Amino acid sequence: MTTEMLDSPVGVPLENPFAAALAERELEPETRTRELVIVNWSGELDRIWPTLILASTAAASGVQCKVFVTFWGLLPFVRDGVRLTGENWMQRMLSFMQQPGIDHLKLSKMNFFGMGPWMIGKLRKQYNVASPRELLDAATALGVEFIPCQMSMDMFGIKREDLIDGMSEPAGAATAIEIMTEANASLFI
Amino acid sequence: MATLEITTTVDAKGLSCPMPIVRTAQTVKTLPPGALVEVLATDPGSVKDFAAWSRSTGHELVEQSVDGPVYRFVIRRK
Repeated sequence: MTTEMLDSPVGVPLENPFAAALAERELEPETRTRELVIVNWSGELDRIWPTLILASTAAASGVQCKVFVTFWGLLPFVRDGVRLTGENWMQRMLSFMQQPGIDHLKLSKMNFFGMGPWMIGKLRKQYNVASPRELLDAATALGVEFIPCQMSMDMFGIKREDLIDGMSEPAGAATAIEIMTEANASLFI
Repeated sequence: MATLEITTTVDAKGLSCPMPIVRTAQTVKTLPPGALVEVLATDPGSVKDFAAWSRSTGHELVEQSVDGPVYRFVIRRK
């Protein structure tokens, strides 16, 4: 940024306020960064799907996008083939009740023991809609930042190496609050 | 219609939202400024979406047309 220095009456250089304002205006709208934050707290298909559609589209539109991945929302981000063994029988049981991974998503309503997701999967293919896996790959390639929640990892018995590649360092609620309040828009999906 | 020097074509025919945009963005990223990208899509929502996307990103929507079920967009990378 170029700012001209003016001499004040006492000989101390002052920044030219007009130059600063002009420089700021030149930044608009070409180089301004817009930010979208999504809190993804659920591992169910009907929530993570729209999350991934919005995140990948945001990144495609030049919007910096961060997704805070917390609670059950972590399960789809578990690496393929990983069986969560956890530290106790409850964590193992939970992992058995909801198989982790992006290809094993249930519906929050009308799941009907897998019949609902099966029908949605059929419709998805018929209408050529991108799968959560394709969207996750696109979002990652376009630079969406996925931030895992440390507390949820501990509670579900998920280790750093159980999660897919490319996720940020685990963080907590204060990080979520900071990025949400600094972003232009934040969503809790 | 003036003939433009197209650098690359993105064939997004048959793809649903948001993939025409996502594929286009991924392609545009690999090209130098000023490159022209042609996008072919069949998603009727892409008419509004490409206009919005060009406003969001600053990439110029140089041309758009429709031929039967196929929408054609030409984008100049900023």
